[in-house]
Amino acid sequence: MADVKKIATRESYGNALKELADSYPNLVVLDADLAAATKTGIFKKEYPDRHIDCGIAECNMMGIAAGLATTGKIPFVSSFAMFAAGRAFEQVRNSVGYPKLNVKIGATHAGISVGEDGATHQCCEDLALMRTIPGMVVMNPSDDVEAKAAVKAALDHEGPVYIRFGRLAVPVINDKPDYKFELGKGVVLREGKDVTLIATGLEVSETLDAAEKLAKDGIDAKVINIHTIKPLDEELVIAAAKETGKVVTIEEHSVIGGLGSAVCDCLSANVPTKVLKIGVNDVYGESGPATELIKKYGLDSDGIYAKVKEFMA
Amino acid sequence: MDTLALKKTANEIRKGIVTAVHSAKSGHPGGSLSAADILTYLYFEEMNIDPENPKKEDRDRFVLSKGHIAPGFYSTLANRGFFSVEDLTTLRHTGSYLQGHPDMKHIPGVDMSSGSLGQGISAAVGMALSAKLDNASYRVYTLLGDGEIQEGQVWEASMFAGARKLDNLVVIVDNNGLQIDGKIEDVCSPYPIADKFKAFNFNVIEIDAHDFEQIASAFNKAKETKGMPTAIIAKSTKGKGVSFMENQASWHGNPPNDEQYAQAMADLDKISESLN
Repeated sequence: MADVKKIATRESYGNALKELADSYPNLVVLDADLAAATKTGIFKKEYPDRHIDCGIAECNMMGIAAGLATTGKIPFVSSFAMFAAGRAFEQVRNSVGYPKLNVKIGATHAGISVGEDGATHQCCEDLALMRTIPGMVVMNPSDDVEAKAAVKAALDHEGPVYIRFGRLAVPVINDKPDYKFELGKGVVLREGKDVTLIATGLEVSETLDAAEKLAKDGIDAKVINIHTIKPLDEELVIAAAKETGKVVTIEEHSVIGGLGSAVCDCLSANVPTKVLKIGVNDVYGESGPATELIKKYGLDSDGIYAKVKEFMA
Repeated sequence: MDTLALKKTANEIRKGIVTAVHSAKSGHPGGSLSAADILTYLYFEEMNIDPENPKKEDRDRFVLSKGHIAPGFYSTLANRGFFSVEDLTTLRHTGSYLQGHPDMKHIPGVDMSSGSLGQGISAAVGMALSAKLDNASYRVYTLLGDGEIQEGQVWEASMFAGARKLDNLVVIVDNNGLQIDGKIEDVCSPYPIADKFKAFNFNVIEIDAHDFEQIASAFNKAKETKGMPTAIIAKSTKGKGVSFMENQASWHGNPPNDEQYAQAMADLDKISESLN
């Protein structure tokens, strides 16, 4: 795996904005003094007149985006997940969600893989918060290819969208000629009959590696990539639960309110199934190199492998 | 400008406010009444709007940042012909399109949903920015409460508007001096209001909110001012026009009972007669 290409999805985000700018003349990009980090700076360099730096004022930025959207612009609002989904939650709910405005939120630096900045900047609650807003589409792409596709899908969708991007460079796993992105559709990456592993974001590649390790122990795991948390691909999740009888969810997010909760909501109503939720266990993160933190919090392939083994015992 | 006609219209709008809030058995009459003359001027004199075509692209925009005075806003829109005046009695009723706070999805003439204080001004700034990006000539107006400016987001938005020189934006502060818990200076004083907006690079004009000559002069000066947004600090009387509501914080968010409603309408009818 040493030669696998790695790209941070925030980089993909900035590149996608730049690449799509000419096809979407109404696209404007807003940032709150983080263009260098969110990578909207890539767009800014080419399209300075369509990049609006709002300064360090995320709540106002969200409202400005709402105002722009009422006039036909398609604003992509960028900040760290902590500030886009956390600090500006009520602005997203009341100024964007309630009027169902065509605002796209590109939130970078999500999860503990923020690394050294530590707990104040490691947002593990954004998927939960955004999922509660009626009409909000919530996406969490797994790699460069999917992140770019998610940006385009967001632009083609009429209404509010939240997309989560990461700081850490992650393996490119979707670089295939037949790759197709469909908003709201999960992707089966590996067939298996013993257990279904449902992963999202950077945990998809970790989960694929974990599935290989499980296979060596005779556990045949099905792996599903859920890039759209809301609307959830319920049909696929229900079918997989019926097929394998056991389900594990894996996300770099709190075990409260994110992918795991969405899957449990779906299964408990349709096909009650034993579910193991792997994620950040209702704790704050801490400072450290991202890969070390992912290992420490049991979210690397070894950690996933160990927990699934125990679950299957 | 026909000042007498505007005064008559404002008085009809005030009747609509009291009637709507009475019917709803809840709502915010005090601040609706204090802002009625400003709303009248905006919709009957100042703004480029068309009730027949409420979404026309080049229209001027208005955002009611102090969204709780929806009764004042709705009564203005109804009297201007955006929808039926009779519908005002459905305010806040289950199933009515006239929601407790402005809902752009369902109410003709409402350019932005609002109600959570401090948020409307940001949306107005976004609209003004959009006009600048497109070299469009429409102007954007937003009305704030003087209690509302305690919200930090108001100053985030003002800093941006000043820095971006949004001279197509007019921020109006309905300075009636009262908020739910009492006098604004006793709760958490936002004074000096004019100096604050000046410090945020606004052209600031202070007026009497119930004097149409002063209102007209302020909006005209705003139009002439280039390179900076304008803030109009409009000194008003909360509850204006209804004797027992005037300058009473208790009438911020309370409806009149039947007896009080009759008295309020009698007060406003008396004003109608004095204008004939």
